Amino acid sequence: MKSANTISGAMQEITFTRRATVIGGLQIGVGVLLAGRMAYISVAENERYKLLSESNRVNLTLVPPRRGWLIDRNGKPIANNKTDFRVDIIPDRLRDRKKTVATLAELLSLDQEELERINRELEQASSFQPVQVATGLDWEEYAGVSVRLPDLPGVSPRQGFSRNYPSGPAIGHLIGYVGIASAEDYKENPDPILITPGYKIGKDGLEKIFEDRLQGKPGAKRVEVTARGKIVRELNTRPDTPGKPLQLTLDIDLQEYAARRLGPESGAVVVLDCLTGDILTMTSMPSFDPNSFSDGIGVTEYGMLREDDHVPLLDKSLKSLFPPGSTVKPMVALSFLEAGLNPDETVNCNGGLQVGNRRFRCWKRGGHGRVDMAKGIYQSCDVYFYYFAQKIGINPIALMANRLGLGQKYPLPVASQFYGTVPDPAWLHKKYDREWQAYDTVNTTIGQGYMLVNPTQLAVMAARIATGKNIMPRLIMNQKKPTIETLNLDPEHLVYVHQAMSDVVNGPGTAGRARLPIEDVKMAGKTGTAQVVNLNFGRGGQDVAWKYRDHGLFICFAPFDNPRYAAAVVIQHGGGSGAAYPVARDVLTYLYDRDKAMEVLTGLEKSWGGNIQERMDTKMAAYRARKNLEKAMADNPAPATPEAPAAGTETSAGD
Amino acid sequence: MSDFIPAPIAQLPWKTILLLFVLASFGFVVLYSAAGGSLTPWAGLHMVRFTVFVVMAIVLSRFKESFWKTMAFPAFGIVVLMLLGVELIGAVGGGSQRWLNFGFIRIQPSELMKVAIILAVARFYDLLPPSQIRTWGAVWPLFALLAVPCALILLQPDLGTTITVVAGALTIAFLAGLPLRLFIGGAAAVAVIAPLAYFFALEEYQQRRVTTFLNPENDPLGSGYHISQSKIAIGSGGLFGKGFMNGTQSHLDYLPEGHTDFVFATMAEEWGLMGGILVLFCFFLLFRWGLGVSMKAKTRFSKLTAAGLTVTIFFYVAINLMMVMGLAPVVGIPLPFLSHGGSSMMTIMICVGILMSIERHPGRRGGAFG
Repeated sequence: MKSANTISGAMQEITFTRRATVIGGLQIGVGVLLAGRMAYISVAENERYKLLSESNRVNLTLVPPRRGWLIDRNGKPIANNKTDFRVDIIPDRLRDRKKTVATLAELLSLDQEELERINRELEQASSFQPVQVATGLDWEEYAGVSVRLPDLPGVSPRQGFSRNYPSGPAIGHLIGYVGIASAEDYKENPDPILITPGYKIGKDGLEKIFEDRLQGKPGAKRVEVTARGKIVRELNTRPDTPGKPLQLTLDIDLQEYAARRLGPESGAVVVLDCLTGDILTMTSMPSFDPNSFSDGIGVTEYGMLREDDHVPLLDKSLKSLFPPGSTVKPMVALSFLEAGLNPDETVNCNGGLQVGNRRFRCWKRGGHGRVDMAKGIYQSCDVYFYYFAQKIGINPIALMANRLGLGQKYPLPVASQFYGTVPDPAWLHKKYDREWQAYDTVNTTIGQGYMLVNPTQLAVMAARIATGKNIMPRLIMNQKKPTIETLNLDPEHLVYVHQAMSDVVNGPGTAGRARLPIEDVKMAGKTGTAQVVNLNFGRGGQDVAWKYRDHGLFICFAPFDNPRYAAAVVIQHGGGSGAAYPVARDVLTYLYDRDKAMEVLTGLEKSWGGNIQERMDTKMAAYRARKNLEKAMADNPAPATPEAPAAGTETSAGD
Repeated sequence: MSDFIPAPIAQLPWKTILLLFVLASFGFVVLYSAAGGSLTPWAGLHMVRFTVFVVMAIVLSRFKESFWKTMAFPAFGIVVLMLLGVELIGAVGGGSQRWLNFGFIRIQPSELMKVAIILAVARFYDLLPPSQIRTWGAVWPLFALLAVPCALILLQPDLGTTITVVAGALTIAFLAGLPLRLFIGGAAAVAVIAPLAYFFALEEYQQRRVTTFLNPENDPLGSGYHISQSKIAIGSGGLFGKGFMNGTQSHLDYLPEGHTDFVFATMAEEWGLMGGILVLFCFFLLFRWGLGVSMKAKTRFSKLTAAGLTVTIFFYVAINLMMVMGLAPVVGIPLPFLSHGGSSMMTIMICVGILMSIERHPGRRGGAFG
């Protein structure tokens, strides 16, 4: 027993030693494994982990580039950038949305409408898209958010630049506006700059068309940050490369004047330089303020714009079509002359002309008596044109209309232009599958019927009549002067028509009040009144509802003996040409004598209730009050007063 | 030299103390940097504790083997009671806790259990007649000893400590000469039971740690964050590190627990592979010393205890390093001498103290202190 025990004890000793050696060996094995593992991580994979460590430590923030300026022909800014403190939310990094928004609302004193917009956008936005909270903050507000940043994950305060349009609504349609890139944009081109707060891309108009040029290259800022996002220090910055500026042919002062001069009317003014085709002004009113759009427009403001029957969102200079009315008469007269009509041939106007089984009236019920071509133009006698157009036929007229730019599309940097209709037998056959009739000619010759043009085309027609040259409108300024071909019109014909057009204004014509208050500068023009409803219902003057009133049109150029400027003014439902030519007169006056023109405008604006911005603000306030009232009514219907308008009832705003 | 220095001091195990001092000082340097170049809150306290515990270890080294033998079972019983106390206080106070607060000191009984279990199991196999080592009677008491403390520690819940306790006990059983087939069979059983345990025994957060360990990139911002950031810290350190006070992962708070469980990553970021090799080498020396003490010890109890204590410290180091390098799940075990934390340092130093005591008294002499 004892010996067995001893042997066993000795065996245990041996077992212990052997097994302890195994354990020691295992330990060394683990040690080697650990050393190997560490060497693998820190040497073999060093590059990778270094990179990861750097990307932890360094936060690269892109700095949105300053957009290229848009400047007018004299170098005056049309669109520039202003320094701006702004706050955005990156939905991705947001922890507690409700609390964060509430804190921001308190810090930045946001109103209810803004909060609704932010919440709405937060719900709709893709997680990576920044949602703008506020822009144009002052330093205190910006700093207030910045210091609270560790408690506000997902909030991004930035100092940057925002687009600024000094002329505001006057230039809205043409310039367009900028905005945050959409989720689709980002999917198409997943460039991180697109989702950098404060980065805007052109959304409409020239801002969109020339996006590549205006965009610029983003800068970058490298900062060292802690795991919680606190910035420790700035490492280095690469400045942004601003976009290239773009010079337009516009005269922004003239553009602004034209916009203001249009006043409460809905219409367009286009002014061309007869020497080059430069578009000096392309105004459409009422308009929207591109500054509002670029900052993220509020629902109320957008709702007001959309509901307005004067369609502020539509560019009427290119995308509204009007019957040109009598403004085509100089053009028709030129076609008559070219077809060999002696301008001294006359017709007796007794207030109308029987064509087939229908009597076509002249605008002057009593008739013009004996009318030659010149009188046909300056007195705008319809019968003269009814009569001779039937003799000459439609084709020379349609051809001349096309030569003078009607029905044509111009090479302008715009997303779309409506180029209207110059009807002829082939077109009619194709479109309505019927033969051309005499009454179609008669209608066309006074710019009614199927004929439709946009205001820019009218201005081009005026410029081409004025110069006899194939003037092409252009919007982008470049160094070389465009070569302009001649239209091969007989100079004598032009002189005849110019004289007749001058008589419209300066002689016994229809627009005597359009005379320029400038010595030595005489304007030539042609009035037009386009019917919206059939003449048989009566003239659509000031006494009928706005949408039934006649359009007022006027084309002109000045000086009549050496044309420099050509212009077209269209007042939608203006009640007649009388609404249009005073505008043309004042706009052309502005080109020669700014003070004189401003004097007229100041007086007018007083009677209209302020300048564009003031009137828009008043309108906005009224609209908002009405919306609030409607909302209150809907929330709290009062059955005791049944005559109160129910929510959603249309109450006319514009009339 | 011995002429100038009094014998009791000259006889101290200076080599071992120096080794520990090197490790603790390195820990001090790392903690100093982790605090952004400050003695507070970690580095200063770390050194104070180390000094106190070294003195404690030296005091412990004066006890003879017979003292540890006598104390083995009573100490085990006391620690089990303390573990029960933790559970009771937790049940009364609401919410789980791991501490017992004695006013002047807060003690984590589960830490003490790591030592107590070694002493108890070693004592058990010391008492067991060698003839019975291959009988059932050598096995069931081991499980009886493990059952209660493991259950109590798992309740806390503290998986890392449970593993260390079990592993320490099993190592002693292995060294005591239990049949090899038991261990092979046991390993096979674990391979079967582990998946079951994963699904039925582990808390959800523990399950997540395991799955995350298997695939940390799956959840880089959630529970994989610790491992990912730790690997980034170690990997970005390279061969020589980013330099003292230049760690970005730790200083910019990307590395969680950079002063406790992940202190090795904090160190590796600034000192690189060289620092890591130094730490590993120091630990190698420590374990070589520990196993050497065990080999040189004359009695069975001393041998088993010394080996068990060495392996316990080894488990701390191995699990911690595997964890920070992404080879093991995150289980919450600190790195001895480098991590900031009093309880674990106390445990380690008790282990060291007992090892020193065994080194000092390898033979079979009477008396409890000397």
